[in-house]
Amino acid sequence: MSGVSTDLLLGVCLLYVVALFAVAFWADRRMRRPGADWLASPVVYTLSISVYCTSWTFYGAVGSAARGGLEFVAIYTGPALVFAGWWWVLRKMVRIGRSQRITSIADLLSSRYGKSPSIAVLVTLLAVVACTPYIALQLKAVTESFALFSVPGAEEGGVAAFWVAAGMAVFTVLFGTRSADVNERHFGVVAAIAVEALVKLAALTAVGAFVVFGLYGGVGATMADMTPELLQVETTFDARWAVITMLSGAAILCLPRQFQVTVVENDDERSLATASWLFPLYLLVMCLSVLPIAAAGLRLLPEGANPDLFVLSLPLAEGKTALAIFVFLGGFSSATSMVIVSSIALSTMVSNHIVTPLALRARAESEAFSGDVRRIVLLGRRGSIVGVLTLGFLWHQLSEGNAALASIGLIAFLGAAQFLPPLLAGLYTRQATRLGALAGLAGGAAAWAWTLLLPATGLPPEVMEAGPWGIALLRPQALLGLEGLDPLVHATFWSLSANVALLTVVSLLREPSPLEWLQSAIFVDVFRTGDEDTAGVLRRSAASEDLFVLAQRILGAEPARRLFVDAAAEQGRDEGLPAATDHFVQRLERELAGSVGAATAHAMVTKAAGNETISLSELMRIADETVRIMEYSQEVERKSGELERALAQLREANARLRELDAQKDDFLSQVSHELRTPMTSVRSFSEILLEADAMDRPEAQRFLRIIHDESLRLTRLLDQILDLSVLERGQVQLPVAPTDAADALRRAVDTVRGVAREARAEIDLRIDEPELWVQGEPDRLAQVFINLLSNAVKYSNRERPRVWVEAARAGDQVVIAIQDDGPGVVEADRERIFQKFSRGWDRTDPGGAGLGLAISREILRRFGGDLTLARPETGARFECRLTAAERPADAAAAE
Amino acid sequence: MNAKRVLIAEDEPHIVESLRFILSREGYTVDDAGDGESACRSLAADRPDLVILDVMLPLLNGFEVLRRLRADPATTGLPVIMLTAKGQAQDRRTAEDIGADAFITKPFSNRDVVDHVHRLIAG
Repeated sequence: MSGVSTDLLLGVCLLYVVALFAVAFWADRRMRRPGADWLASPVVYTLSISVYCTSWTFYGAVGSAARGGLEFVAIYTGPALVFAGWWWVLRKMVRIGRSQRITSIADLLSSRYGKSPSIAVLVTLLAVVACTPYIALQLKAVTESFALFSVPGAEEGGVAAFWVAAGMAVFTVLFGTRSADVNERHFGVVAAIAVEALVKLAALTAVGAFVVFGLYGGVGATMADMTPELLQVETTFDARWAVITMLSGAAILCLPRQFQVTVVENDDERSLATASWLFPLYLLVMCLSVLPIAAAGLRLLPEGANPDLFVLSLPLAEGKTALAIFVFLGGFSSATSMVIVSSIALSTMVSNHIVTPLALRARAESEAFSGDVRRIVLLGRRGSIVGVLTLGFLWHQLSEGNAALASIGLIAFLGAAQFLPPLLAGLYTRQATRLGALAGLAGGAAAWAWTLLLPATGLPPEVMEAGPWGIALLRPQALLGLEGLDPLVHATFWSLSANVALLTVVSLLREPSPLEWLQSAIFVDVFRTGDEDTAGVLRRSAASEDLFVLAQRILGAEPARRLFVDAAAEQGRDEGLPAATDHFVQRLERELAGSVGAATAHAMVTKAAGNETISLSELMRIADETVRIMEYSQEVERKSGELERALAQLREANARLRELDAQKDDFLSQVSHELRTPMTSVRSFSEILLEADAMDRPEAQRFLRIIHDESLRLTRLLDQILDLSVLERGQVQLPVAPTDAADALRRAVDTVRGVAREARAEIDLRIDEPELWVQGEPDRLAQVFINLLSNAVKYSNRERPRVWVEAARAGDQVVIAIQDDGPGVVEADRERIFQKFSRGWDRTDPGGAGLGLAISREILRRFGGDLTLARPETGARFECRLTAAERPADAAAAE
Repeated sequence: MNAKRVLIAEDEPHIVESLRFILSREGYTVDDAGDGESACRSLAADRPDLVILDVMLPLLNGFEVLRRLRADPATTGLPVIMLTAKGQAQDRRTAEDIGADAFITKPFSNRDVVDHVHRLIAG
């Protein structure tokens, strides 16, 4: 069957591994220098997320398709949906992961639930239990594919598995534990994973292309072989399909390795935007080749061939050695990338949450806080990597050939899915508590182990059939009498139900502790509050020296020194240690959390700094107030547009009011001035008359005449002011009716004749028609005409002034023009003369107060007409425009 | 000894007439000007011993006349009584700033005017 020597395969394998080491080494070195940002590009990030596609996907998807038709698609649908549709959950996880320096999914959950060590331990144990078979699965895939090349020697499988595991351990220790700060990016690892992602995609696609174009001879022929029997469309889309979709969606969020590449290794939140479409696209391409390969395998390969290895056995059967080796490398890539990332993630959890706390406790008892903790952390992590891989290897050896690739994968998925309820509850509600999460996780894990994990690893048949101790209600695949379900659906139902129910009930039973309440605020409101907001809540006191010693031990001497110098500079100190303010202690704890996880960091800092005091009420007040303020400010933002508009209107109204107020002041001061002037003469002459005993009669007479005239002037002035204010306020409705303007004009001219004679003026009256009916009121019209006529007589500077009066119809208007031969009105005064107290262009007039024109214009406007100043060649010409009216029927009778 | 001369700058003829009467009766020689510009011309031509200056004068208002009068070395020490019909505090301050010696609000008492004139011409 094989034309490939074992030595050649080993050689290629070794070369590939060397190449991966080189890539990782080179990327690590490159990233330490500037200008290599593309290594942190969104594409590399997305490729590293494809660590989701393990050998299970690479080999197992074809096996799944050969056995169950389209069922395999569900494995891709869940993650694609999460990335395309639930990116906001991912974004929140990434934001929290970065701001809180989260190191793993266990760290995230523990940190959210009050930095609880017990949650961290529980999650870590569950993750290790769920993932160990999964790692074993990868080893199995590699050894089986290896066995396919070298036919005899099944015993070599164990040896191959050992060497693969050992090689991965070396790689992971080298590139995964360069520094204790897990939160630091592993650029070397990520680069190697990205390369492997490309290799596995290319290998699977190459086989797909070979099948479609080499074996079938085209797309059409391939499609023809997609028989309904193969696709099993009828039976595929059932509850199991939905459950697998959901579980794979949960896995992309919760699997430790996915959390590692998606959250911990994330360098830039914006990369998620690219991943949200590029990752589903990657999955789609991975999908395309699966069905053709499955169909071709079923048709061409002998009965009994393992469908999980169709990808490899097809090219081998067709004698395509080079392609087969490429495929082997693809599978190898899928397996190793998963193993590497999983072991980094798991070892971080094991060392941070189990090994380091234990080691610290053991040491603390003997020599309180001495020695380099960093060494313990790194040692613990390296030991954990070896331990995790050893577990996987042992599992592989013990359970060899037990289950199909796909089912082991699904067991791990459901195990990881137990993290989903506390994760979502922790990210989106404040009410979920530590005890609730603990109870939910424990209950879910127990149900998962009993209904899915243990049956898969082999429970005695009598327990499966009749339940433990003969209790039928506890049968693993018919718990509480729930029979007839697919085992996976059954286990999913029970484990997640128990998880969610316990989480909800226990959370509601007890109030969260202050620290939980604080952490929940930080997590739930991560997009709304800066992480600095919490510093003021925790009050701890510590000696800076103690903190420095602690930091040195965990971060190393140089990074610790840099951190403290930095903090001191921020506090404005040139030398010495920074003050151990609450803010600084908080920051230090976060830095330490990046190395040893939130729970351990919290415990250590608390040990050095003493127990924090948090007043529950104060905490609640601050947390709730923050939320309230946020909501309030959003409300304000929404309304600020309206407010601004209202404000503009107010400002405008205010300006208008000010203007009116100034006008009013001006008016009053003018009125005061105009009234005081005649009163001055009255008072002065009265005093003269009162004092003078001997005064000749004519002089006294003259003075009395002046007093008399000035009091008349006073009265006139008061009348005018009242008239104007009444007119302007519009309080009095002037009676408007058809009025004969010609008649009013004649009466006005008669009235003025006396004054005109005195001034030796001549009035030339020309009325076109005997009657000119307009809208108005006769007395008011006459008042306007008299005002204009007397102005014309007064303001002429000629020896014999002339005044022309013309009245004529003009369309639907009647125009009465009054023109003099005086100096006219200068351009600057044309508008001003219509204003109050504007004795405009001649201030020497003793009789007027400058109100006449203002009143006249107001009256005409009330009649629907207007008073304007025309531009004649000589003198001033005022034109009264009035609305023409019908001659009333009883007009003759009225006359 | 020559009679002291008073210049009245005022645009209301009746007020000029009353002032002329009460001051002549006290022995002063009285001239008058109906607007700001003729007041300035008068001052330049023949320096009086005192000026009664209305604020609201046509062509050139009383403050402006006072300003020019104080700027001219020939008339800088000339006693000036300001007359105003507005009677606002702001006007009084302006007048004092420019250098008016007295400030009388219309309608005035004849006695007041005469006392001010006596005092300022004697001092």
